[in-house]
Amino acid sequence: MSDEHLRIADRTMSSRLILGTGGFANHELLAQACRAAEAELCTVALRRLDPAARGSILDVLDEVGVAVLPNTAGCYTARDAVTTAQLAREAFETDWIKLEVIGDDRTLLPDAVELVAAAEELVDDGFTVLPYTTDDPVLARRLEDVGCAAVMPLGSPIGSGMGICNPYNLSIILERAGVPVILDAGVGTASDAALAMELGCDAVLCASAISRAHDPVAMAHAIKLGVQAGRQARGAGRIPRRRYAQASTPEEGMPAFDVQGVSQSVGQ
Amino acid sequence: MNITVNGEAREVEAGASVASVVEMLDVAPGARGVAVALDGEVVSRGRWAETQLSEGSMVEVVAAIQGG
Repeated sequence: MSDEHLRIADRTMSSRLILGTGGFANHELLAQACRAAEAELCTVALRRLDPAARGSILDVLDEVGVAVLPNTAGCYTARDAVTTAQLAREAFETDWIKLEVIGDDRTLLPDAVELVAAAEELVDDGFTVLPYTTDDPVLARRLEDVGCAAVMPLGSPIGSGMGICNPYNLSIILERAGVPVILDAGVGTASDAALAMELGCDAVLCASAISRAHDPVAMAHAIKLGVQAGRQARGAGRIPRRRYAQASTPEEGMPAFDVQGVSQSVGQ
Repeated sequence: MNITVNGEAREVEAGASVASVVEMLDVAPGARGVAVALDGEVVSRGRWAETQLSEGSMVEVVAAIQGG
């Protein structure tokens, strides 16, 4: 906690907010949000080349000065995810990959079996693997065991804005992880990001909460502050929760107004 | 010969290379964020020119988009 910087594999970053680039109305808005978030790392995806597409997102991210974290979004099998990661390595000249292997198109929840298989294969192939995972502590440990550089548990389903539905599971992951833990999905607003950091997450990845907000640039700034506030609060050490009140004003030295057992109010 | 590029049937000359398919899609030489898979295997950029296609080849040409 004393270290100011986020370290993942061989990279050191001062920003603990990773920006997902999906959902922004245009490249200009993305660039503005990226600056407001003070992000240093942004996700990108690969799809069939569209000859009509204007301008590359890479030029935009270059101009802002952020590094790219390619993802395997949309892959349902380990095989597809591995091929997509290899394409991403070619296209983006990075061996970093945000590994997503989805098991269901309504929940977009990870397929644990395919995810671990893909992670293992990619680690063996020299990738720096950051897997999107559920909040299952056992799965997180399995991913760490096969050599992932970080684990990225969800707070709630992608794009749901439901925040952190199971902070207890997330806490167990955090207590036991030997690699950085990045909250990867479910953030709806700044307080969700703050809670993730208060629980001890090393960083937060956020896309929809920013890109689909009414004012994405303002939300990018707010969530950045949420991440910073949560991190600082974590370091400061919150008070324990208790069921009964604990007076903050000392009782010692209270004047007595009770004469002969009859209570009198001051000023009457 | 007949090949498939990004899911669409295309006809190309016998002996056409991966590079010629990429060119066919109006990709500027040296364009960033582009990668190619031939029959499910990634072909690195340095091998686009020398990699020849064959009848029925399935080519996927992908590029960077917003996502994640």
